[in-house]
Amino acid sequence: MMGSVELNLRETELCLGLPGGDTATPVTGNKRGFSETVDLKLNLNNEPESKVGSTTHDVVTAVSKEKSSCPKDPAKPPAKTQVVGWPPVRSYRKNVMVSCQKTTGGTEAAAAFVKVSMDGAPYLRKVDLKMYKSYDELSNALSNMFSSFTMGKYGGEEGMIDFMNERKLMDLVNSWDYVPSYEDKDGDWMLVGDVPWPMFVDTCKRLRLMKGSDAIGLAPRAMEKCKSRA
Amino acid sequence: MTQDRTEMSEDDDDNSQSPPLDLRSAAIADHCSSSSSSTPNKSRNCMALNSQTFPDHVLENVLENVLQFLDSRCDRNAASLVCKSWWRVEALTRSEVFIGNCYALSPTRLTQRFKRVKSLLLKGKPRFADFNLMPPDWGANFAPWVSTMAKAYPWLEKVDLKRMFVTDDDLALLADSFPGFKELILVCCEGFGTSGIAIVANKCRKLKVLDLIESEVTDDGVDWISCFPEGVTSLESLAFDCVEAPINFEALEGLVGRSPFLKKLRLNRLVSLEELHRLLLGAPQLTSLGTGSFSHDNAPQSEQEPDYAAAFRACKSVVCLSGFRDLMPEYLPSILPVCSNLTSLNFSYANISPDMFKPIIHNCHRLQVFWALDSICDEGLQAVAATCKELRELRIFPFDPREESEGPVSELGLQAISEGCRNLESILYFCQRMTNAAVIAMSENCPELTVFRLCIMGRHRPDHVTGKPMDEGFGAIVKNCKKLTRLAISGLLTDQAFRYMGEHGKLIRTLSVAFAGDSDMALRHVLEGCPRLQKLEIRDSPFGDVALRCGMHRYYNMRFVWMSACPLSKGCCKDVARAMPNLVVEVIGSDDDDDNRDYVETLYMYRSLDGPRNDVPKFVTIL
Repeated sequence: MMGSVELNLRETELCLGLPGGDTATPVTGNKRGFSETVDLKLNLNNEPESKVGSTTHDVVTAVSKEKSSCPKDPAKPPAKTQVVGWPPVRSYRKNVMVSCQKTTGGTEAAAAFVKVSMDGAPYLRKVDLKMYKSYDELSNALSNMFSSFTMGKYGGEEGMIDFMNERKLMDLVNSWDYVPSYEDKDGDWMLVGDVPWPMFVDTCKRLRLMKGSDAIGLAPRAMEKCKSRA
Repeated sequence: MTQDRTEMSEDDDDNSQSPPLDLRSAAIADHCSSSSSSTPNKSRNCMALNSQTFPDHVLENVLENVLQFLDSRCDRNAASLVCKSWWRVEALTRSEVFIGNCYALSPTRLTQRFKRVKSLLLKGKPRFADFNLMPPDWGANFAPWVSTMAKAYPWLEKVDLKRMFVTDDDLALLADSFPGFKELILVCCEGFGTSGIAIVANKCRKLKVLDLIESEVTDDGVDWISCFPEGVTSLESLAFDCVEAPINFEALEGLVGRSPFLKKLRLNRLVSLEELHRLLLGAPQLTSLGTGSFSHDNAPQSEQEPDYAAAFRACKSVVCLSGFRDLMPEYLPSILPVCSNLTSLNFSYANISPDMFKPIIHNCHRLQVFWALDSICDEGLQAVAATCKELRELRIFPFDPREESEGPVSELGLQAISEGCRNLESILYFCQRMTNAAVIAMSENCPELTVFRLCIMGRHRPDHVTGKPMDEGFGAIVKNCKKLTRLAISGLLTDQAFRYMGEHGKLIRTLSVAFAGDSDMALRHVLEGCPRLQKLEIRDSPFGDVALRCGMHRYYNMRFVWMSACPLSKGCCKDVARAMPNLVVEVIGSDDDDDNRDYVETLYMYRSLDGPRNDVPKFVTIL
């Protein structure tokens, strides 16, 4: 919850960028925790770093692009990383504002607050999915929220879910990495990242960050979908 | 707006909140409660029985007659410290009690000291809980308070809660226990639903005020409006704009029709414009109106549309206007007939463009309190500055509350306001870009400022023209605004800004810090330099153990200190807790199983007369 700040804040000097997350340490090979272990970067929509749209092979290019661009320019905070509780606008007001946008912006529904649980964490959180424009943003936000609970045993590539690589998926059985799953309108538990972002926002009812070993049952379905798309 | 009142009340001293003094008072309390009678109404007889105090007996009778006129908390606190008999008499004559932190004392202590309480103002969670910085179910339960008061104060008339957790059962107990109950005000509360409200509506037959403000009210499907009893009511104020549940409009119309004393009515988003129109025709005596949705629920009928402007014209007494939750802008001009009377206008839930806004604001010459969204742009603020010369309070909220959103307001709007509204006392301003020059201008043009809250939404953002930190701007505010009691800072800030605050912020009571400062010295400047500091809330700033230790001479004189995402160690917090036994040091969010973990995510500490609370959830550790 206060997880926008990493543990290394103690050591860092004044950081002109964001105090938490990407700026202070290079991305590669760092035991970052959640956003390193889970790759939500399918970049199906609106991802600023990827120029081409929604094909899954962009996963690899987008990720490597992010790595090569680090350490990021500290004076320019990485865009679109949501920090909990900032700006300090009450969620009551935020909720109301979103439903107000309905009259101006068309057919958007009210704020999409969903519960987020992480296996092993003592309490749940809530996120407003409308606050994010992509899986990437959501991933960052969740990693900030739960950074205190993740072990981050695997940094870099080993932790990421590479949907194209079946072997890596099998590694999840024995890993402690967290896999984001969500409950959709039908009550089914799905792996996050399969559908375009707006569809995900509409259908997601709650989020659960499962331990990797629990998620293996979801994997085959994801594999089929990816293969059919490729 | 009622919220103003509760905001202002934070600036007064509260009772039982200064342990060094109150420890002495507490000792007096123990002595007194053993010697005085248990029945509060018979104080005179009680004193007569105590032959040792015979000379005091006359004095106390006189005192009682005098002290009952004393309203101000500060005065009463001072009077209670004169001597034992003054303390006793003051305790007997205090009818309204303010408790700024519900965990600073137990309900039993309240009822033991004050015997004739008719009105309670109670605050619970710290403000940063509003921004999801605290897990749910942290505490601040109303239950122990209502159950203790149910036995001690059957004559209770008023309860005003802020950031408390209130259940339907609590409301039911309240409705059952206090036959003369008159005023229920719930601000930023949660835990209850329409069924609890229905019980209050039904059983509190003398109810004058039912104000639900920015609270989370679950929709239990209960038609609570119909639960008000038949016949003429005593209702003077009914505010339910935060209740996200449909209401029975016919019942509401009937209720309004049989409430001749109703002056304040705040409708929720689910009351349409046509329904508002009908209500206005039946209640032209209203002084404060929350307009509900201000839109049609269906497509507008082809037949004659109601004359909304005429309805407003008939409301000659309306001075406070809010609502506009789903505003259809073409209807906004209907409010023009009341604009020149308005002293308070809240557009903060309406996405109004400058072109829509300017014709309205040009008529609001008497406006003193104005809340709006930044959708009115700098242009709209310039219009406010040109017309609203009496403006005292301004709040500009972001329509799009994200860091990277477009910023329709900037230093231009702030500068214009500072030049046009010289009587400004309180400002809350969200923006994406700001300059030191504009902030300095405001400090020079608005000497009456007591509240200055500037939120530059991009973290660590400097003056966008000079590229420099915002130190000089905030420095000027603390230097020039000699009456400043509340300050919230943002943008790129170095230790220098804090040096200014420590040097000049002598009256500051509330300070909010986020993503600011370079080192421990910053916090040290403030802790050592601001003698009136009561409420300190800090997040994501590089202040650690050294800084925390610097304040140990202060913490007993403060209501609370909140520090989250700061580099504090558990060891240091333990040291503070050990050194200050009357300070409750809560560490929130740390995993209990991992005691090796030294990092403190959130520190929340406050003085308490009755030790640590007994309702601590799993994720809180009290050191």
